[in-house]
Amino acid sequence: MTLNEICHWIEQTQLSQSIAAAGWVVPTVQTIHILGIAMVASSALMIDLRLIGVFWANRPVEAVKARFLPLIWWPLLLLLFTGIIMITAEPARSLKNPAFQLKMLLLLGALTATLVFQFLHRRNAAFGDVTGPRAAAVTLAIVSILLWSSIIFAGRWIAYFAA
Amino acid sequence: MEIERALEWLQSTPVAIAVAENDILFPWIESFHVLAIVLVVGTISIVDLRLLGVASLDISAKRLMNDIIPYTWVAFAVAAITGSLMFSSDATHYAHNRLFQAKLVMLVLAGLNMAVFHVFGVRDIERWEAPGARPPAAAKTAATISLLVWITVVSLGRGTGFTMH
Repeated sequence: MTLNEICHWIEQTQLSQSIAAAGWVVPTVQTIHILGIAMVASSALMIDLRLIGVFWANRPVEAVKARFLPLIWWPLLLLLFTGIIMITAEPARSLKNPAFQLKMLLLLGALTATLVFQFLHRRNAAFGDVTGPRAAAVTLAIVSILLWSSIIFAGRWIAYFAA
Repeated sequence: MEIERALEWLQSTPVAIAVAENDILFPWIESFHVLAIVLVVGTISIVDLRLLGVASLDISAKRLMNDIIPYTWVAFAVAAITGSLMFSSDATHYAHNRLFQAKLVMLVLAGLNMAVFHVFGVRDIERWEAPGARPPAAAKTAATISLLVWITVVSLGRGTGFTMH
């Protein structure tokens, strides 16, 4: 099935047409999506700033991780849900949009970076501390910050690439 | 009207024209605006959830606010600057946009709420900010208002984008 065929198929569904017809759904869902991003981005930033050593440097990485990781993964579920609603309402505007495709690629990267951090820290409790591998922690943190920021940028640019 | 003339002057300044006419400048400024507000709302939520007593109860409320709020301020500064640049590019239309007007009112409310809390609400903070201690009604009220107002700001901001073409 080509991308065009997939978009066409979604557009034909009752769900897609109902959502598109009810004009309030997409703007409302977009707002919820932004609020979800607020939780994810801020939580990821706090963890990354801890890894760099500028935020809560006196607290163990484990404590910072325990506090903010749930605020990344649970809101991501909300973002997936709201995202699917938006794709269902406007499949071509999202799936065929280069900014959206880039955003999904970057999202894969950000999720990978988050999982890599969890894996490395579980393997070595000193990861992120001055006694641990500093260069690796700082690099991972900066990559994470750049990825999440780029995702937000790409999300905004979807509107500018919409046909 | 004085305000109309001031707005017209604003959108005729070189900076405003550059933002309005350059194809890439506005989207980039807007992107930084979104990134900034996302961090404002996110960091404020962390503080508000603590003041509500539903999260981070194992951390001193005072410590949390002192550690997190500086980031909120930096993010807000970026949001204000980028917002002002975007506003200037089409000042007369933004000023007449009902949703944008409401957004400005909400921002003032957010500021007032914060000011009232930081002047009156923190007077006896030593008594309730310790880890595990329940926050008083004043703190919970300020936190609830804050969350509701900022959610409304985001919604109105999105609405402004939809109604500006």
